[in-house]
Order: sequence, then structure tokens, then C-alpha cells
Amino acid sequence: MKADLRYDPVIGLEVHVELNTTSKMFCACRADVFGAPPNTYVCPVCLGMPGTLPVINAQAVRFTVMTGLALHCQIQTHSVFARKNYFYPDLPKGYQISQYELPLCTDGWLEVETSAGVRRVGIVRVHLEEDTGKLIHVGEHSLVDLNRAGVPLMEIVTRPDMHSAEEAYALVTHLRQIVRYLGVSSGDMEKGAMRCEVNLSLRPQGSQELGTKVEIKNLNSFRSVRNAIAYEIERQTRLLEAGTQITQVTMGWDETAEVTRPQRSKEEAHDYRYFPEPDLPPLALESAWVERVRQELPELPYAKRARFVAEYGLSEYDATVLVEDRAVADYFEDVVRCAQPSVHAKLVANWVSGEFFRMMRETGTPIHEVRIRPDDLARLIALVANNTLNQTAAKQVFGVMWQTGRAPEVIVQELDLGQISDREQLAALVTRVLAENAEAVASFRAGKATALRFLIGQVMKATRGRANPQLVEMLLREQLGEEQ
Amino acid sequence: MPKLSRQEVEYVARLARLGLSDDEIELLRDQLSAILEYASVINQLDTDDVEPMTNVLPLRNVMRGDQTAPGLTLAEALLQNAPDVQDDQFRVRAILE
Repeated sequence: MKADLRYDPVIGLEVHVELNTTSKMFCACRADVFGAPPNTYVCPVCLGMPGTLPVINAQAVRFTVMTGLALHCQIQTHSVFARKNYFYPDLPKGYQISQYELPLCTDGWLEVETSAGVRRVGIVRVHLEEDTGKLIHVGEHSLVDLNRAGVPLMEIVTRPDMHSAEEAYALVTHLRQIVRYLGVSSGDMEKGAMRCEVNLSLRPQGSQELGTKVEIKNLNSFRSVRNAIAYEIERQTRLLEAGTQITQVTMGWDETAEVTRPQRSKEEAHDYRYFPEPDLPPLALESAWVERVRQELPELPYAKRARFVAEYGLSEYDATVLVEDRAVADYFEDVVRCAQPSVHAKLVANWVSGEFFRMMRETGTPIHEVRIRPDDLARLIALVANNTLNQTAAKQVFGVMWQTGRAPEVIVQELDLGQISDREQLAALVTRVLAENAEAVASFRAGKATALRFLIGQVMKATRGRANPQLVEMLLREQLGEEQ
Repeated sequence: MPKLSRQEVEYVARLARLGLSDDEIELLRDQLSAILEYASVINQLDTDDVEPMTNVLPLRNVMRGDQTAPGLTLAEALLQNAPDVQDDQFRVRAILE
């Protein structure tokens, strides 16, 4: 093994994101095409029939500008669509309407967190285009479904600023979190709403020159992105160490075999002959409009996390878990709002990231289907905080709330679970328990501390777990002391 | 301006998916070269300070609201126009990846 010669991977990403507009990019067909019967969301425009004209979907432009702003990009006040010309059966017009020289957003950055610290990754551009149709290969033929043709597609191109599989993985997952926060895409890689291509090369450590670039395609999950990069780094390192040149090639990731394989190269290099789309007048976005969009951006994950730490005194870890999903973060804040000032936000965080997440996981319930109303959860937590309910009983009540969506007080009454904190009632019980357990009392007197635990247990048993344990202990100590 | 080469004409024909005979290639060499020659007059102008024009119309920001409207039925989309159909989809010769 040649230990001295090390190689640095240089990684850039191209990420395609399907925007979740109601209609397609250039026509009024429905855009929620996933799972729709083939060729049912189509019209003369997206089928590329002669004599039709495209019209830009304003919402898709807005979504792209929102994303560009979230990625700290310059929003271009002059932007142009272009034709990318090539023949393929999933592209009915013989060209894809995309953007080339004048994209909507340029020169941004995004910071991601890795085990080696925070890394800033440059964003070259964010542009808008239309998706292609879908091909299914059956023997001698390919079948074409054009539902997806014309769905708005946003392309995000990063600078080659990443140097490990972990960094690239962190970037794509953070990108997904951001498009979800912005509400511009589902970000589901498994459903093709987010697709990723990797550009990767190796260079000797310390060198500034870039090595030969290999492109990796067919990455259908976040796991694939990470594994394909790790695999490709290893493959290229082996080749370089053996003194073999890397050839510029497009690789496809075989998810089952977990290897990259060279994709059969097309017979000719692509020559797309881009030119400005004559059917679409340019966009001239007003800076006042862009500013309004900026003002209306939702709070983004890292900012929300920092606020949760500062405002609610949560740990970094708790805050990270709670802001993972925007709707969950909103739910948490709703509970906090209802619970304050009597209940500390930390208690709410414990409940949401504890019992609440556990139930979501175990029952596979998404946040918008949870039946417990935030104010009900707030009152349940308050019942524990003011000693009306002990933890065990509270979890039982929570379980019923989860299933029925009913108010905690009603359930507490029905199940007769309220904690007994009545001093006189408990004092009488303690007296009785002491009288009935002379042996334990004697061994406590003899200095056996565990005897006290036993006596507390006897009182709890007599109340079926409802007695306030702190109060019981206090009363026991009092009465044991009095008898001395 | 030199005349287009045979290879250049063949390359452009391939991009356009046109099958040309030898005679047609020669004919198009002449015709395309004449067109380029004619258009090359513009190269005599100094356009350094001229903004590239991407559209001749004085229009900007022509957009539509994000609303849907019914498109074509499957029958209209496929059966009336497609030369070959299978399982409600357009059928073409197998595409090699």
C-alpha cells in the first residue's frame, strides 16, 4: 500500500427539483402527475403539437426565485428562456425549454454541517426548465408516457466545493429540507421529485489542478448519492495508485449491486445548439417584487434552530430534532404558546421529541394526521407539571388522546387517574401503612434506607399509583420522625 | 468565407436526423454556404457595445396564473395521431441507454 500518496476528491452536484405547482410550466395541464394513468395530463402544448404556444407559469418563477434567495443567490432582473435541441422520444417538441446564458438566479452559497464542521458550498446557478416524459422499455419497444412532459423543473448547480461523500450527502439532504420549508417541492427522491447528478474527480493532495471528471447518474435515493460517491472515490483511487489514467465517462449507479458502471456512450457528443426561445418574451423581474418575495420567505431551518435555542432554552440537539420538519416545528411552537407561562418549553420539547415522535414513528402517522390538538397536549403537560398526573398516568392519557383526539381532563376523569396530592387524605393512608408494616418500620429505624422505598411502594399500591410520590415520602419521613 | 465541408453538412444532417444522398449533400453544401455568406455581412459591424437581443417584441413578463384547465382525452391525445400505441402509451422503437 502506498501510504504517502493521498488523493483529494473534488465533487460538484447538479440537482433537479420538480416544483409542486398546480399546473405545468407552460400550459394548464395538471402537474401532480405521479401515479396518474399514462397520457391523461396532456394537451397540445405539452405534446408539442404544431401551432401551439407556451406561456410561463408565474408561480414556478416565484418558487425558483424563493429558492434562489434561500441559497443567497443574485436574482437576475433580466432572464431568458432558451431551447435545448435534441431528439429523444420523451421530448415531444424536439427541444426542451430551459435556461442557458441568462438564468434566474446566480452566484449563491449554502452552508452544511458535517462531522468536520460547517462547510460553505458555492451555488453556480438556479434555473427553470420543463421536465421530460417517461419511457418504459419493453423488449423491442419503448413506451412513452407524456404526463410528466412540461412539469416545472428547477435545476440547482453547485460549485465543485465538496470533498467527501458525507459533504455531498449533507448538501442534498439540506437542500431537500429547504425546498420543503419553502413549500416549493415535496423533495421526494424516491418519487423522482428530486434527482441528483454527481461530478467527481480526484487530484493529488495539495494540487490545485482538477483531475479527469467522471459523471455519476441514476441516483434515486439519498443513500445512493452517498454510497455511489464513496464507491467511485475508492475505484478511482485504486486506478490512480496502480498508475492508470482515469477516462472521462458517464457512470450509472447500480443500486442493487452497489457499483458504478459506465453508461453506453451516445454515438455523438451532445451538441444542443441552444438559442433564445422565440415564443417566450424575456423576464424582467422588478427588484421591488424580488424584495417582497424575500420578505415573505419563511424562517429557514438553521435560523429556526438558533431561535429555538435562544428563545426556549433548548439544547442544540433537541432544537435540531424539532426543526427537521417545518410542520412539526410549527406544532411544537403551537403547544409552547398554549402552555406558557405555566409550563417550560423544555418540558414541551421533551414530550414532543419523546412520546409524540415515538407514536408518530410506531403508527406511521404524518404530522398533519395527528389527532391531538396543540392546546390539548399543552394542558396534558400542565397536568403533569402541577402534579395532577404522574408520568405513568400521563403516558396512559396521552395514548388515549392519540387515538381519540379527546381532551386530557375528560380522559383523566374517565380513567380515574388524577394524582392524589391531598395532604390529609395521604397522611391518613401513611398512618395506616405504617401500622400495617411494623417490620419495615423497624428495619428503617435500624438504618436500612431501602425500607423507606418499600413503604412508599405500599402507599402507591394502596392508591393504584395515583399518590403524589414526593408528598408520600415527605409524610412518611414526618410520621416516622414523630414516632421517634 | 470558406465553403462548408462535407463533414459539416453530414454532421448538421445527423443532428436534424436527415438522411441525405451524396447529391443532396453537395447541393446543401452550396446552398448552406450561400446562406452563411449572406448572413456574414453582419460581421462587418462593430457590435461590442450592443446588448445581445433575445427577442424582437417589446413584451416582458408575459405569464399566466397557476391554474389548470382540461387538456386532451386519452383518445384525442393518442389514438387520433399516434402511429403506434400500446397500453395507453406511444410506442417507439427501443431506445438504447
